[in-house]
Amino acid sequence: MLRRLLTATTALVVMGASAAGAQGIRVPATVDTLPNGLRIIVHEDQSAPIVSVNTWYHTGSGSEKPGRTGFAHLFEHLMFMGSENAPYPMFDRALESAGANNNGSTTEDRTNYYESGPVNALPLMLWLEADRMGWLLPTMDEAKVDAQRDIVKNERRQSYENQPYGMVGDVMPPLMYPPAHPYSWTVIGSMADLSAASLQDVKDFFRSYYAPNNAVIVIAGAVRRDSVLSLARAYFAAIPRGPAIERPEPTQPRLAADTLVTLEDRVQLPQLHYNWPSTRAWSDDDAALSVAAYMLTGAKNSRLTQRLVYIDQSAVFVSASPDHKKLAGEFGIVARARPGKALPELQRAIDDELRRFAESGPTDRELQQAQNSIEASFLRGIETVQGKADQLNQYVYEIGTPDGFQRDLDRFRAVTTADVQRVARQYLLGPRAIVSVVPMGKQELAAEPRSKGMTP
Amino acid sequence: MNTTTLLLTALACGTTASSSAQVTVAPPLGAAPTLTIPTLQRAVLPNGLTLIVARNAEVPVVEGRLLIDGGARLAGVAPGLATFAASMLTEGAAGRNALQLAEDIAFLGASINAGAGWENITLSVRAPKRTFNDALGLAADVVLRPNFSSADVQRLRDLRLASFLQARDQPGAVAQRVFYRNVFPASHPLHFSTAGDSATTAPLDSATVRAFWRRAANPRRATLILSGDVTLVEARAWATAHFGGWRAPAAPALKPAARTVVAAPSRATRVILVDKPDAAQSVILIGAPGVAKSSPNYAALALMNTIMGGSFSSRLNDLLREQLGYSYGAGSSFAWEPVPGPFVASSQVRTNVTDSSLAVFFAQFNAMRNEHVSVDELDRGRNYLVLGALGDYETAGNVASAITQSIVFNEPLSAVVAELKAIGAVTATQVHSAARRHLDPSRLTVVVVGDIAKIRPGIEKLGLGPIEVQTY
Repeated sequence: MLRRLLTATTALVVMGASAAGAQGIRVPATVDTLPNGLRIIVHEDQSAPIVSVNTWYHTGSGSEKPGRTGFAHLFEHLMFMGSENAPYPMFDRALESAGANNNGSTTEDRTNYYESGPVNALPLMLWLEADRMGWLLPTMDEAKVDAQRDIVKNERRQSYENQPYGMVGDVMPPLMYPPAHPYSWTVIGSMADLSAASLQDVKDFFRSYYAPNNAVIVIAGAVRRDSVLSLARAYFAAIPRGPAIERPEPTQPRLAADTLVTLEDRVQLPQLHYNWPSTRAWSDDDAALSVAAYMLTGAKNSRLTQRLVYIDQSAVFVSASPDHKKLAGEFGIVARARPGKALPELQRAIDDELRRFAESGPTDRELQQAQNSIEASFLRGIETVQGKADQLNQYVYEIGTPDGFQRDLDRFRAVTTADVQRVARQYLLGPRAIVSVVPMGKQELAAEPRSKGMTP
Repeated sequence: MNTTTLLLTALACGTTASSSAQVTVAPPLGAAPTLTIPTLQRAVLPNGLTLIVARNAEVPVVEGRLLIDGGARLAGVAPGLATFAASMLTEGAAGRNALQLAEDIAFLGASINAGAGWENITLSVRAPKRTFNDALGLAADVVLRPNFSSADVQRLRDLRLASFLQARDQPGAVAQRVFYRNVFPASHPLHFSTAGDSATTAPLDSATVRAFWRRAANPRRATLILSGDVTLVEARAWATAHFGGWRAPAAPALKPAARTVVAAPSRATRVILVDKPDAAQSVILIGAPGVAKSSPNYAALALMNTIMGGSFSSRLNDLLREQLGYSYGAGSSFAWEPVPGPFVASSQVRTNVTDSSLAVFFAQFNAMRNEHVSVDELDRGRNYLVLGALGDYETAGNVASAITQSIVFNEPLSAVVAELKAIGAVTATQVHSAARRHLDPSRLTVVVVGDIAKIRPGIEKLGLGPIEVQTY
């Protein structure tokens, strides 16, 4: 709950608003590579006396072996358990004593770690990151693995099992991806696989993926590049380069037909989940799909919100989420019924609106509203050094260059109404996974295989 | 640029000579930067509306907050009415229906949100600098010319009723409501949620909301904060153009209830159980009426809480999560408000260690009263609070929030400097005496939401106090 919360991947979050105008969005950053392959990226922002150190390791749950689901996230927890020169619980205590906060998160594609606080803590932050990047294993033992395994299981209980509708997260990945695909299991993993994780797994994973050549560190804040680089060389240069990593090629599975699953849960209101295979980040279509998601549920006047929440009043909310990961993507719609309503009614309204959207496309005014909102959300993303640092790291990972803000925004500006109509047709009318969550014993409220009049 | 940079350079020079060797000792911290409090400018419009401007042109965005003093504390108002009226504001104004209004707002790249807490009704408006003037115009429509149409009131009322129903699904939300209604008596405002409940929501209609708003929306009790890429000259021109015509209500204005809310009586420790069959975890809340921020023990209590449950390395989280593996996290907090809010310690724990977890909480409360905290804990807690404040003014939104707090407590923004100085000077003796005075394990309310059949026998054995089962 406090920290080390698992966060789901949400590629570019879009729901926000118009404005950088002609000046453009720039977050200048320098890139330097140490001889061991570690990339150090510096963004100087002298506006507040703080700094954020943001480290991405290019590994996540997608790197896990069969029978070890949840391992990358468990490993993330172990990174806080002490290293050769910073024995547990020094990491947290030293940072708190400096007035700094820290956390980490794991997705399918990457694991990030960050520290934010007063700028005089920068040497400490970098040194702590270096010690665990280079020398985590000398003090790693079974007891630490067991301790964090229990905590991760508690996290799974709290965030999934004891959460209304929480088990949808478990059910969806295997519906969307074939068994061997790196996205076919959840980031949190199964209880059985968490139980099976061993100390040897920890050592193997560390040696394979936690190497300087598989990491990028962004330092953003009231710093100077030269000083940061001197510190980085001093602390990280002695860490040896790791083995080359074989990366899976992007593969985007498609569904041959709708799949329909119904879960019973201790909930008052039924909830409908649609999920379509879509496309990976920075492909030709992901920006148009994000714009489409805004047009469907990004504002009160968006198509699905207007229809289900305002006109039909059949749902308490409806939400579309485009999720464009490194290898593949998904497009989800979630709607929760109002008291007394069953899911087929929501289903018909959603299918009806999607068909109309795909047949006629959006209006120019809808496009302009979406683009203005998306542009304003970029401004929100550059207000904090922590937010900038993480986004710079994401751009490095996805497009190889940190300051991708303007390039990213330009993609959204270039989207046309025809693009949106095309992606709606291509992705949102085809086969999908349909998951209903209904109150215990109320199967009759569940979604139907395919609503009438819906043509793929 | 300053001493920080010089220090880093010096450190770096000292280490470059051996750049390929492992550095085995943590670097020293060096001098911390100093806290700079943003400078504010003020003006009062002829209609009594106070304007506060905090300039920060780093990002071309302006963050506005219109605060109307009183909020859910406005006298004689049914629980839930202030928050309901606030949520109705953005459902249509000046002849635009909710959808048209939403479109106009989004078209500007703006967002406008309204809500109410105990202290204020707050309208937040955020927009890029170049569209902010227009966005503020829409915000004025929302405040001065809300539609409050019957159909919209009915729709939102039904959604709110549905939300009460859904709260039953969430063990954390259930525990929270049960905790407040038991810790604070029905005569106390905190007995109720600011959202009210089904009984207070069901009769809401357009006339009630309209009548409330007519009396609550008063420029003389309002403050407009503009934070970000804006000058006082711009702010005054925009505020005058859009809010200059706002007049005090003709109907008798609503005044906030006096803050001298009678402190809730504390009661002998008891345990309240709420059943959630087959729950994987139990939600635990333990607490009592706390103290107001104006308490002379504020600094000592803030530090005491940081050490006990207010940070990751605090005792409760360290024990319940890190050492024992019972939980994903545990903590505690005081609600620092102008009136005494609750002290509450909480965690979600595995069902089969519910009793053991309760024992840990009580052992820690007792330890705080019976022993002095260590020098290490004291130093760490002080630095965490004092140095952590250096990041508090990073964004326009951060600054707007800080100004809001200063208005609620009726003190200047710079009051935080003295507050942090006091925290930095707290001694272990002061922490100890604050705990003895304000953390009494014999007068706590314990709420546990979980699988009663599995957890009750163990809890009975603890003998904490009488056990009562409640429903929600």
